[in-house]
Amino acid sequence: MSDKRECLPEPGEAIIQVRGLQNRFAEHVVHEHLDLDVMQGEILGVVGGSGSGKSVLLRSIVGLVRPSGGEVVMLGERLDQLSERRRVLLERRCGVLFQQGALFSSLTVTQNVALPLREHLKLSPADAEHLAAVKLALVGLPAHAGGLSPSELSGGMIKRAALARALALDPDILFLDEPTAGLDPIGAAAFDQLLLTLRNAFGLTVFLVTHDLDTLYTTCDRIAVLSGKRVLVADTLSVVEQTDDKWIRDYFHGPRGRSAQLAKHSAREA
Amino acid sequence: MPKAIAGPSESTPGILQRVDGEERLAAAGDWTLAHYATLCREVERWRGAETLELAQVQRLDTAGVVLLARLLGVAQLRALAASDTSLSDERRALLRMVCDALDKAEQQPVRQQTTLLGDGLAGIGQAVQLNLQNLVGLLGFIGLTLTVAARVALRPGRWRVNALMSQIQNTGLNALPIVALLTFMIGAVVAFLGATVLDAFGASVYTVDLVAYSFMREFGVLLAAILVAGRTASAFTAQIGSMKVNEEIDALRVQGFDPAEWLVLPRVLALLITLPLLAFVGLLSGLVGGGLVALLSLEIPLGRIMAIYRDVPLQHFLVGMGKAPVFAFLIAVIGCREGFRVSGSAESVGQHTTSSVVQSIFVVILVDALAALFFMEMGW
Repeated sequence: MSDKRECLPEPGEAIIQVRGLQNRFAEHVVHEHLDLDVMQGEILGVVGGSGSGKSVLLRSIVGLVRPSGGEVVMLGERLDQLSERRRVLLERRCGVLFQQGALFSSLTVTQNVALPLREHLKLSPADAEHLAAVKLALVGLPAHAGGLSPSELSGGMIKRAALARALALDPDILFLDEPTAGLDPIGAAAFDQLLLTLRNAFGLTVFLVTHDLDTLYTTCDRIAVLSGKRVLVADTLSVVEQTDDKWIRDYFHGPRGRSAQLAKHSAREA
Repeated sequence: MPKAIAGPSESTPGILQRVDGEERLAAAGDWTLAHYATLCREVERWRGAETLELAQVQRLDTAGVVLLARLLGVAQLRALAASDTSLSDERRALLRMVCDALDKAEQQPVRQQTTLLGDGLAGIGQAVQLNLQNLVGLLGFIGLTLTVAARVALRPGRWRVNALMSQIQNTGLNALPIVALLTFMIGAVVAFLGATVLDAFGASVYTVDLVAYSFMREFGVLLAAILVAGRTASAFTAQIGSMKVNEEIDALRVQGFDPAEWLVLPRVLALLITLPLLAFVGLLSGLVGGGLVALLSLEIPLGRIMAIYRDVPLQHFLVGMGKAPVFAFLIAVIGCREGFRVSGSAESVGQHTTSSVVQSIFVVILVDALAALFFMEMGW
């Protein structure tokens, strides 16, 4: 049977290839010779200490930061070499969830989600709002939330609304910047489950920047560790855990890492 | 290597067609957001179909599923997703999820019906009520400011001298060039105006009197106040408003600091000091502008001009300058209060900044008009 993902690489092939990426702000070098592959259909967790350039990596992949060297190939194309029109087409296939949500404060939640539908696809307001309402229900927001303005939402609802906006155009790749930061454990766990469900239903590829060990253990297929201006290791959790590096040891085998590990094992046994 | 991007132009829009001797309806092609309009028409054409084959569908996304649900009904589509074993698990999960979401989305509350007349009346009522509340709130804030000022005045240890100095520089010194330039030009304009009108009566020498009296009584202080209202009230609102958005005001409060004492008092005091000075500079600069026009264009000798300026009774100068502290207090209080009224978002900062400028200019002109009336009745 032919699949929705027909025009995409096969599962297990790279959908994003970062090669020799270099990012430098004045004298401060954030990335140097950074290589990373994101495979089609996977959830890739990106971890690293504060200031290790996780968000900068995300921003240079989606084209918000112009790298000072190296190349980023997404869906077979280099974003910085595309014509304006092709670039917009490519950008429409990516959804980005920013750390603070970045919902437009002058619009209601529904309008926030409906905006890309109306502007990019010229849908009628009624159609766009209907689709937006479906997206809001998909991410688990109650129906009345659509009419609220972003400042009236709680932290968890903002994340969900921002996710609905990121999903508005049914993207192939979803970029999430610390989606569970600032959520209570119940909200964070629910968000992890939501992410898994959405990935399975939509066949999304997810690039997930996170600090949350529980999210790493429950959702991610592979984990990339950023350290020393490059990707130290990018592999499955069990391989990454065993890597011989001080930062990785402290991260995964510190008190918090151990408890997240335990939680996962006990969940598996139950 | 990944293949190239498949943009909308490279995929085939979805269609509905009869198969197997016109018995069953089958969907084929791409049912995606990119083809929304085409798919809508297709769905309209076959509205009310009872069953559907989905095995031929190439690509499917949420928008496609929503349209399929419009064609079949949510319940029917869910049944189909559950029973059609020819579909991949992934696709059935997608159908199920969107069906659930559609059920939830349908429960949205219906908007209330409204009428034009009713809305208009309600709008007027609301506006009146808001303005009244606003006025009461402003009076309350003035009271609060005065109480705090009285409390702090007796304790020099709590005077925030650094903040005061920095505000004086921002609101006074930095505003000096623009106030001087503007009043200079208005002075020249008043002189030209006077020359044009008075020339018809052969009294163009009174142009200098016009400039002198108007600037001493009104224009010097009024122009300075309006400029400061636009320049400083907005700055106060934006500063305090963004602190409010950032929860800095709350942070002050929980640490036991009084935001009125820390933020409002230095600003009010600074403006009380600087606006009279600015008004005085504006007055002088207007006199210079008007005098220059009289000297160069009307060829009135300098000695005459100076004599007229010197002979203006002191009371006119006092009437003008006396208003400056009142304006300063009102502008500062309105600017600060609007800042505290900011709630939540960046948009709110913009709204209240606008509101603070409009309110302070309005209040300045209103008070000036009332004062003019009062002074005239008193014969001052």
